[in-house]
Amino acid sequence: MKIFRNSKVIITLMIAALLFAFGTANVFAGMAAPKQKNIILATTTSTQDTGLLDVLIPIFEKETVYFVKTIAVGSGQAMAMGQKGEADVLLVHSPDAEKKFIADGFGVNRMLVMHNDFIIVGPGDDPAKIKGVKSSAEALKLVAKAEGLFLSRGDNSGTHAKEKILWKKADINPVGQKWYQETGLGMGQTLNVAAEKKGYTLADRGTYLSLKKNLGLDVLVEGDSDLLNIYHVIEVNSAKWPKVNVPGAKAFAAFMVSKKTQNIIKTFGMDKFGSPLFFPDAGKKVEDLGK
Amino acid sequence: MELIVQGIIKAFELIISFDPEVLGITWLSLKISGTATLISLFIGVSIGTAVALTNFYGKRLVISLINTGMGLPPVVVGLFVTILIWRNGPLGFLEILYTPSAMIIAQAIIATPIVMGISLAAIQNLPPNLRLQILSLGASRLQMVWVLIKEARLPLLAAIMAGFGGVISEVGASIMVGGNIKGYSRVLTTATVMETGKGNFDVAIALSIILLLLAFLVNLVLTQIQQRQHPR
Repeated sequence: MKIFRNSKVIITLMIAALLFAFGTANVFAGMAAPKQKNIILATTTSTQDTGLLDVLIPIFEKETVYFVKTIAVGSGQAMAMGQKGEADVLLVHSPDAEKKFIADGFGVNRMLVMHNDFIIVGPGDDPAKIKGVKSSAEALKLVAKAEGLFLSRGDNSGTHAKEKILWKKADINPVGQKWYQETGLGMGQTLNVAAEKKGYTLADRGTYLSLKKNLGLDVLVEGDSDLLNIYHVIEVNSAKWPKVNVPGAKAFAAFMVSKKTQNIIKTFGMDKFGSPLFFPDAGKKVEDLGK
Repeated sequence: MELIVQGIIKAFELIISFDPEVLGITWLSLKISGTATLISLFIGVSIGTAVALTNFYGKRLVISLINTGMGLPPVVVGLFVTILIWRNGPLGFLEILYTPSAMIIAQAIIATPIVMGISLAAIQNLPPNLRLQILSLGASRLQMVWVLIKEARLPLLAAIMAGFGGVISEVGASIMVGGNIKGYSRVLTTATVMETGKGNFDVAIALSIILLLLAFLVNLVLTQIQQRQHPR
């Protein structure tokens, strides 16, 4: 009896040790992988929510030796990751913040990739009567005047940055107003909140189009040159953070502006939405966009 | 309502068609949370038992801390693990941020206090004379502990279920330390969040149903073991 018990204890301990070894082996499996193969791409939610990256990343991974870890956050957070050296390459759409990012020495080789446009969307009955208003700043003034519910991303994303610029242009400070609510969520979820609460919001057209079927929100203001939404790719500066994967970042940036990729971007979304979600712009100048 | 029906239909479609992506996500969820639960089991049961069986100064404080840990918010764990393991952090040399390994670590940290707290209570709940009785029958200390653990089998399996339930359903830490990378660190919960963000509610509902089914199956197996008649 005693021997039996003992052996049982020993067997159990052995199994435990084995399982634990399996666990730890798993835990440190990441160490064994060649470290320079991974690229951390910090990007905005819109490139993921539209499905664009799901198309592009596999092609890139097939063509090169790299494995891309896409972290979809707001542009603000993506740049914060770059500032800490926790990303290798950024695909973002917050031009003013990007310029500062480059000026502060955190990024290099900022290249224009593509654009689409922002739109102001809202409920069909449009209580603030902004439908068809040409200037986005004027439209926001009307929303403020009518105290129509406005949903802001409130997350320092590229869209949020654009929204703040537009409010400034309208000479209104909406923060703290009862009709102004910050969701702190990604674009897709913010659109859902706006739809649910019948509010207005600023959205990038790509995400709006890919979510449209479930939303019941209408495009109310579009076409204003203030509403351009421009995406750049930026390599994180390895001079500040030596652990940055420079060749990987370079390869990805080059891939994004390559002819082949630009052609894919040009037609992406055509089959599903009848119109492209993004317009490829590699090699163009920002000033010439939207003309 | 229509949406829920659509979601249920979608779930069946995805399960019956053996959709490779969903299958991969489900398997990864099971693997990560299973491994994390196993790790938490060894740490949790051993420390829980040790604390239950020894008397020391400040024991109540330690037990309070363990019990507080049972409610450890996953996002808090996610945040701290991220800061510790990111490239330029103290454990950056491991290079495990945005890997399944990082998710296992974070989930093990979440599950361990749960398992520990319940096993501690389970062992403490045994009749106090049992220990003396076993020892007087000539058992060694290790054997005594083993018998006690066996006696507390029911609540201990409940501890495993609670630990596993806590981590398989957790999203905050997984998305932070795993990054929700397609085909690599995307699990059922993080995929559900993403599909909701994309407005694909039917897929999101389908993933939720698969998650519930998975949790149910795992608990079914564990309950079978728990409710089995005492062998010998």
